[in-house]
Order: sequence, then structure tokens, then C-alpha cells
Amino acid sequence: MRSRAVLIRLIASLGAIAFAVGLSAIVLLLVDVSPLEAFGAMLSYGARLDSAISIVNRAVPLYLSALAVAIGFQMGLFNIGVEGQYRIAALIAGYVGAAITLPAVLHVAVIVLVAMVVGALWASIAAVLKATRGIHEVISTIMLNFIATGLGAWLLANYLREEVEGSLQVRTAQIPESGRMPSLNPVLEAVGITIPAGSDLQSFVLIAIAAGVGYYVLIWRTRLGYDLRAFGANPSAAEASGVDRKRMIFTALGLSGAFAGLVVMGPVLGFTYRYTDDLPTELGFTGIAVALVGRNKPVGMAFAALLFAFLNRSAQILDLRGIPKEIEVIIGGVIILAVVIAYELARRSIAAAQVRASSAEERAQSDAEVSA
Amino acid sequence: MRISRWKTLPLLLAIGLIATACGGNGDTDEPADTDTDTTEDADDADEDADADADEDADDESAADGDPVSVGLLLDLGGRGDESFNDAAAAGVDQASSEFNLEVTELEPNEAGENRDELARLLSQEGAEIVIAVGFLFEEAIGAVSPDFPDVNYGLVDALVEQDNVAGLLFAEHEGSFLVGAAAALKTETGRVGFIGGVENPLIERFEAGFNAGVAAVDPDIEIDRNYISQPPDFSGFNDPARGREIALGMYGNGADIIYHAAGGSGSGLFEAAREVSEDTGSQVWAIGVDSDQYLTADEALQPYILTSMLKRVDVAVYQTIAAHIDGSFAGGPQEFDLAVDGVGYSTSGGFIDDIVDQLEEFKEQIASGAIDVPNAL
Repeated sequence: MRSRAVLIRLIASLGAIAFAVGLSAIVLLLVDVSPLEAFGAMLSYGARLDSAISIVNRAVPLYLSALAVAIGFQMGLFNIGVEGQYRIAALIAGYVGAAITLPAVLHVAVIVLVAMVVGALWASIAAVLKATRGIHEVISTIMLNFIATGLGAWLLANYLREEVEGSLQVRTAQIPESGRMPSLNPVLEAVGITIPAGSDLQSFVLIAIAAGVGYYVLIWRTRLGYDLRAFGANPSAAEASGVDRKRMIFTALGLSGAFAGLVVMGPVLGFTYRYTDDLPTELGFTGIAVALVGRNKPVGMAFAALLFAFLNRSAQILDLRGIPKEIEVIIGGVIILAVVIAYELARRSIAAAQVRASSAEERAQSDAEVSA
Repeated sequence: MRISRWKTLPLLLAIGLIATACGGNGDTDEPADTDTDTTEDADDADEDADADADEDADDESAADGDPVSVGLLLDLGGRGDESFNDAAAAGVDQASSEFNLEVTELEPNEAGENRDELARLLSQEGAEIVIAVGFLFEEAIGAVSPDFPDVNYGLVDALVEQDNVAGLLFAEHEGSFLVGAAAALKTETGRVGFIGGVENPLIERFEAGFNAGVAAVDPDIEIDRNYISQPPDFSGFNDPARGREIALGMYGNGADIIYHAAGGSGSGLFEAAREVSEDTGSQVWAIGVDSDQYLTADEALQPYILTSMLKRVDVAVYQTIAAHIDGSFAGGPQEFDLAVDGVGYSTSGGFIDDIVDQLEEFKEQIASGAIDVPNAL
């Protein structure tokens, strides 16, 4: 029964992706572009080794963002403020990282810890508002995004900025060697893979994997995770059985913010070595889509993050081939919609199968009684 | 009941997000940003004669041989912003009308995270010279240029210490001083406005020059200032709706001339100037930026564009490509200030004909060093 449900869900996901590709092909045909040429260009470019490395690097922030969103989802909280949480966290962590000197591993650990703490604290503001005043977290976290942007810009411009005569760049000072995370290229080279120039597999991917494992253990293997899920499924029942509502709100948003704090630390620790204005934005919102497509499951979200990263990277080649790169946005958007619909259909068909199974059981039982 | 609401809310919001994400692209005029044109031109025969002498550096790029492959990296907003990106594109277009070029244009994705990958992609795909438009490309060109020593890079608004990178730097404060003086000479309400796209040191340089120009004419004139977005949110360069709102607020507050340094958001300012002028019956003005925006604006909006601060990105880009072709390309900083007409003001429309003499006098004094225009707030 269980394996059958998994199979239905898998078919639903693959069907949704096939549907999205098909619909995009129709759109391409409408604008007189050969879908085979477009998808062929995306596949051949996206499958190159430097693309593969880039896709993994891009997927890491998306995955972490999705984890942050998913923790909130587990207890029915919609943390739309991941965007603001990771920006403030990266700014403070980048500044602290450049201001202190510590032995190598410890230095990185402190920077990562600062990012998680700042992210958690920023998210806690929304938790305070919700727990004490009942303000819906969707409203407060959206507002906090704007505040985070303004506050971050002000802090950076006036206090945290590296002063360089004549430079127009607004950014923190560089994190010294000891606070940087090494590239994984030597590991790949050791197993015989030649890395193309300019490609760099950032080791932060290991932290993302650890975060995924941590998420799994937390949600499905601890008392706290059980309480979170119970509260999400039925708040009144959970409260009646002794789960403290306020504690749950603080825990869920705090943990969500802590994961959010990690989102852009990959590029900060492994590429720019500082907080700069041109770090990627909008990751908080893409994270919501990734969590949705990955159904809040650690492995599902990893695949979803890789899928979005693949689309994003492979679309780069389209402009060079004279194909509108906006096709990527269409595919991504349709995938999200199709997946949502497909999951709902899968849920209904699984539920119907369960009903059939149990009524068949009942019938078998009553038949047995009759014959007895 | 409660549970089902929890479950549908994320879905609805996600759908909304997708809708906005898709809608966000509506600002760009064309779905395809790529533009590959190869132009043969015979008129440059005499230029070639001069160029042939020092062609040794780029022997493959002779005008009558294979086309010169040029990569153009535009910033967010791309072609059609009627401002900064268009100015750079105009320089490339001018070059491609004179030389045999094959141009490939790219612009970063919405999140702006792939600038370095695009720069690398163009270099890999055989571009001989890459023009990167905007200081946000500093990091990307810094990372990519050492790996491609045979490719030349022209970087607008920033400098990277590499032999193959020319930093094209402009004295925006000097040009802004002149349009500030024009605003001060033309205002009737004694109040003018400044709208910046994104509050960063580059745009503050425009504001500083504008303020100094206003004060040089009359220190008692009030200046309203506002910025559309704060970094790292760079949407302020491409948000006409918010540009319009801010402009309506400033006009409502008594300003009658507003200068913008907000790229594609400027069209919102022009729209607001038209609306206010038509609704109240008393003329208010807008001042354009980067390109001569009178020339590119809709005919209905032209009567409201007093002048434009010219930042000759087109000239700088053209010269950089020409230098690459004739072999005289040199890395390092290249300053475009008032003295070399790298910045200036436009007179299209004839609205400031009566004050041109005074502006020329200021220009003279700045170029000679008699007036020192501050380049920061």
C-alpha cells in the first residue's frame, strides 16, 4: 500500500514536469522557435561539467531557503521573510567574519554560527508579534523584509562598510583566509575529474547536506518535531494535549530563521569572501517554490532545488542562440502549478484507494460473519 | 476549516508570486535580448588606412576579413530603458555601423547572480572584446579577465587592475552640476527635486553635483530628494511606477523641476510631469539623465523634458571598440569629464536656449578648475 502511494506521487511529479515541458514547447512553437533546438541547447549546455558545478553551487542557497520555509510549513507557519532574514544575517556575519581573526576551522564556525543566530533573532521579531499580539506572520515577515533591506543598507553605508578611497562599491571588508571555506576542486581532481578554468565547487554544499539531515532528524525523529507537526496538523488538539502554543511559535520561526541565515553564506564564504550588494536576491521567494515542489521533504526539496538551478543555469545559453531566455520563467512557473495540481490529484487517488481498500476489508469481514 | 485555510494560503501566495515573477518581465520591450548584426561598411576605408599601421595586435580583426566578435553585457533593464543601457547600446550600434562587427548581447537574470558566468560565457564563445555596462560587473570582470588575457574588456563605471581591462569612468557630478544650475535658473516656485534610482555612492554623486549646481545659482532654493530603492534591491533602476509616485509627491509638494538619476524609472517621472502639467494647467518640468531623453521619449512627453544630463557612455563604448580594432586598446582608468565632453547637457526642445550662455560659463569654470564640484554628499 505504502509503496503504491510512493509510486503514485512519483508519477505525479514526473507527469507535472513533462506537462510543463510540453506546454513550454507549445509556447516556443507559437513564437516560431524550434522546441527541440531550445531544449537541446539547454540540455547540452546544462550537462557540461562547468554547468554541473554551477548548478550544485546555485542549488545550495535554494535548498537552504526551502528548508527554512519548510520548517515553518511543518507547523502551518508561512515564513515569507526568509529574504530579509538571510540578508541581515549575511551582512552581520560577513562583517564579523572580517573583523575577527581565529584559527581556520573555528573562524568559519563562528561566522556560520553568527549567521544562524542573527537569522533566528530577526525571525523572532515576527514570533514575538504573533505570540503576544496575534499578528499574522505573513504580514509581519513581509514587512520585516522591507525593514531588513532598509536597515541593512543603512548599517552597511554608515557603519559596516569597508572604506576605500574613490570606490563606488558598498561592501564589507574581505574575510581573511582563515575564515574562508575551501573549494572542493582538489577532491574532484583526486578522483580524476579535470575541472574547467573558472569552475569552483564550493564546500558549503556539505553544510547544506548536513542541514538537510538535521532537518530530517529534527522534524521526524525528535519530540520537538513531533510537537511541531502535531501543532501544524491540528493546533487545538495539540494545545489540548499540552503543547505550548507560544513556545511552538518561537521555536518554529526561530529555527526557520536560523536555517534562513545560512542561505547566502555559501557565496560569502566560498566566492566573494564578503557581503556585497550583488549577492543574489529573491532566494527567499524561490525557496517557497522549491519547498512546495519538494513537498517539504528533505530529498524532494534537494531534487527541486537542483531542478530550478538547472533551469536557471541552462537558460543562459538561450540568448546566445537567439532564443528568448524567458522560456525558463515559463517552464519554472508551469512546473510549480502543475506539481501543485498533480499532488492534489495524487492525494485524492491515494485517499480513494484507501477508502476502497478499507471498505473491501469491511465487506470481507461481513461476508465472513454471514458465512459463519 | 482552520486546517484547510492553512493549506490553501501557501498555494495562493505561491501562485501570486509566480504571477508577479512573470509580470516582472513585462517592462522589457522585446522578449529576445539577443541581437546579432553583422554590418559591412565600406565608408571606413580611410580609417582603415590609419588603422592598418598598428593592426599587429589584432591581426584577425581586419575590417574586410572576419567580423570582430563583440560581447555586450547590459545591466538589469537591458535595451529599451531609454537611459543608461540604451546609451551603451547606442555606442555599440554606432561602432557596428562603421566596423564589421558581430555583436552578442546578454543581460543578467532577475536575481543578478550570474554576472560572472555571463562574462565567462561570452569570453569562451569567442568574443574579442567584452563591454560590461555598470559597476555591478566589477567583481565579475575582476574574476574573469585574468583567465582570458587575449580578450579585452571595457568596464563602464568601475575599474579593475588588469592590463586587458579599461575602466570607463565619468564625472557625473560635473554634468549634474550643469543641469542643477539649469533647474535653479528655470524654477519659478523656488523648489526643485532629485529622484535617485538606488541609494548608492554612484547615484549620490549625481545628487551631490545637482545640489552644488542649484546652490551655485541660488542657495535659498529648496531641494526635495528621494531614492526609489536601497541596495541590494536594484529594482529602483527599472520601476517607472514608483518613479511616477515619488514624482507626483514632489510636484504636489511644490517642486516644479525634478531631475532623475534612476535609469528606466525615469519614464515614470516624465509621465508624472505631463499629468501634473495637464491637470493643474501650470507647467512643471523633468530633467533626463544619461542619454538625451528628449529624443527617445514619446512625443506626448517631449514638452516636459527641460534638458538631460548627458553621460556619454555611447562615446566611451564606441571609442573602446574602435581602440580595440585599431590596436590602440589600453587597460587602466579612462576619465570622461566635462573637459573632454564625456558629460554635459542637452538642448533638444529649445527649452533652455535662454540660459545656455550662463550654463556655458559654468562649464568653462568647471573645466578650468575655477569651480570644484563635490563628487559625494
